Amino acid sequence: MLYREAGDFSTTYPQDSQTFPIKFDRYRYYAVLAIAFGIIPFVINDYWANAVFVPFLIYAIAAIGLNILTGYCGQVSLGTGAFMAVGAYSCYKLMTAFPEVSMLIHIPLSGLITAGVVTLFGLPSLRIKGFYLAVATLAAQFFLVWLFNKVGWFYNYSASGQISAPERDVFGIIVTGPNTEAWAKYLICLLFVTACALAARNLTRGMTGRSWMAIRDMDIAAEIIGVNPLKAKLTAFAVSGFFVGIAGALFFSVYLGAAEVGESFGIDKSFLVLFMIIIGGLGSIFGSFAGAAFMVLLPVFLKNVFVGGLGWPTDLAAHLQFIVSGGLIVMFLILEPHGLAQLWRIAKEKLRLWPFPH
Amino acid sequence: MKLTTLTIAAVMAAGPVMADLVFPSLSYRTGPYAANGIPFADGYEDYFTLLNERDGGIGGVPIRVIECETGYNTEKGVECYESTKGEGALVYQPLSTGITYQLIPKATADGIPVHSMGYGRTSAKNGQVFSNIFNYPANYWDGASHAVTHILNENSGDISGKKIALVYHNSAYGKEPIRTLQELSGKHGFELMEVAVDHPGQEQKSQWLQIRQQRPDYVLMWGWGVMNQVAIQEAANIRFPMDKFIGIWWSGSENDVLPAGDGASGYKALTFHNLGKDYPVYADLQKYVVDAGKSAGAGDQLGTALYNRGMYAAMLAAEAAKTAQEISGNSDISPAEMRAGMEALEITQAKMEAIGLPNFGPTFSVSCDNHGGDGYGAVAQWDAGAGQWSLITDYYQSDQSIITPLVEEDSAAFAAENAITPGCS
Repeated sequence: MLYREAGDFSTTYPQDSQTFPIKFDRYRYYAVLAIAFGIIPFVINDYWANAVFVPFLIYAIAAIGLNILTGYCGQVSLGTGAFMAVGAYSCYKLMTAFPEVSMLIHIPLSGLITAGVVTLFGLPSLRIKGFYLAVATLAAQFFLVWLFNKVGWFYNYSASGQISAPERDVFGIIVTGPNTEAWAKYLICLLFVTACALAARNLTRGMTGRSWMAIRDMDIAAEIIGVNPLKAKLTAFAVSGFFVGIAGALFFSVYLGAAEVGESFGIDKSFLVLFMIIIGGLGSIFGSFAGAAFMVLLPVFLKNVFVGGLGWPTDLAAHLQFIVSGGLIVMFLILEPHGLAQLWRIAKEKLRLWPFPH
Repeated sequence: MKLTTLTIAAVMAAGPVMADLVFPSLSYRTGPYAANGIPFADGYEDYFTLLNERDGGIGGVPIRVIECETGYNTEKGVECYESTKGEGALVYQPLSTGITYQLIPKATADGIPVHSMGYGRTSAKNGQVFSNIFNYPANYWDGASHAVTHILNENSGDISGKKIALVYHNSAYGKEPIRTLQELSGKHGFELMEVAVDHPGQEQKSQWLQIRQQRPDYVLMWGWGVMNQVAIQEAANIRFPMDKFIGIWWSGSENDVLPAGDGASGYKALTFHNLGKDYPVYADLQKYVVDAGKSAGAGDQLGTALYNRGMYAAMLAAEAAKTAQEISGNSDISPAEMRAGMEALEITQAKMEAIGLPNFGPTFSVSCDNHGGDGYGAVAQWDAGAGQWSLITDYYQSDQSIITPLVEEDSAAFAAENAITPGCS
């Protein structure tokens, strides 16, 4: 009824190849953008920003980054946590070395540095694949964490080995440090999420993305039809690293404010982002958002229901939360192995036919 | 039954807006640090329950403790902070150095005090820079100095050429004492050997193999959670003399030594308060909290080292709140008034006696220049046969000639980094 393409004609090629060819989808997308940019910044408070929106948006960037590498190009990576740490530590070094430069420059720069490091660790992917590559990225995870712990230069020789974000601004609006307003935090993350998602979406449906997917589906066949595996794999690593680096920089500077590499960027962070894209859906930008929302919001939601709503003891709630989220993950993977994105696709198909399914 | 009462309590707490004093308890009853997190949280909450039941709160205003599970994880800690600060939280005691580092700038910006008792950022002792952060009565650098002084005393003042190993949790917490120990090694001429253990510390075979090879004369430990138990067990396995193995106060609870059984006998740990349950306050706790079925958690932690520490933390917070009420003349105090109360806090023998904890900890007074107390501590030793800790030294002061310049230096660096002009308001 509501959701259909009948009467929605495209008369030019750009119309035909736009991201949301169905009118209803397009309007929904504009509505989401309008609410995100036009309404939420005015009503957001500290709790919603720090506990819900900021982590969700940052993890969404990280998930998009990993999805490009794993979902689109088929290269499994277990080093996301450490790659985020590269972004965070480059951001910290840049922030302290060039205090007068805007964060809008520091954050993409940290992304570029991370892209370089990730490409370096992507080199083995030209020789090995699958589990063996996963192990190579796992080595990157442990090596980088060890490096940031060991070499004092990275944390400016602070006594505790912690890095903490000084106050920095964008056009006079403070975006890092303790005096940041909730809306400023939210908006800077939203800005980067929107830019990253648009870039990722357009990369994946262009020439670059198609060569990634060709490599993912069968690398020998791709090579025969003229896809350069060196170029395709390394660009996937670089682009993925860029996004993950941006996520790491935002995670440290805007969200946490102070970070310690072993705790904030350990192996569990790598798994968390991997779970996000598996739950959300491999090879889908929407899936990255859905997965990030699921993994970030569900624990907060369950905690508020159990402790805030029902008044249960906190330890019982914490344990139950593990059981419920674990159970839901298993259930989702059994019922829909292609993730939330596939559920969304099926829902759209059904809606298109509704109310006359035959 | 317990569940229903809790539900009713939560509904009542959420219902009408009454004047109350809110003390959030950022606890961890799950995860690899739960063994140490539970007794502390129980002690913290039980003491406030006692004040509510016996005295009707502090200065006639009831106390509300909001518990929030952090799992010793900084991200969850931040979430807990954000979700509880709107309730009028008076003071945060996160029991985690990582979370304390997160809260130092945030709480300062929000004007809420943080009391990191014996943990957190050591240089927060300098109240001119860290206006809202308190770490009385002792800090990590005091602890490092206490341990070295104890070793000095055992060796009649000469430890040049000795080798001392530091087994530490590879995090901000474990790295804190390194600077001080380096200074002390320069002063006393001992050799410092650093052995890092990564979170959570369940696997320490290689670290203890290294200790077995290098044969240090003493081992110091900055451990927490499951790392403590494993380290003490490993030390017992390699037959390291236990009386030469000294833990910081966070590595000195019953949970840490019990798994190693008799092997742990003789293990030493520092402390900045007394141990055991031989105090009048325990009679009240039994009467008003335990027998009334109001104890927090499982109610089986009374009298353990960390339960006492949690209770001590709650006691200091309650005394600071009393001081704040006296200063402001206002019984329903705000976080800013609480901060002023903490800065004017004075713990005397008479006060501790009145509370029912005579001689429980050192006497000290807090001022704007000194948020960290005077740095008194003592050494306790575990007796596996009797199953208890006992103090083997008096309270003695740390080497202020080493620590004061370090505090100055580190807090000046923080002030420069964050553009803070040191001064008293």
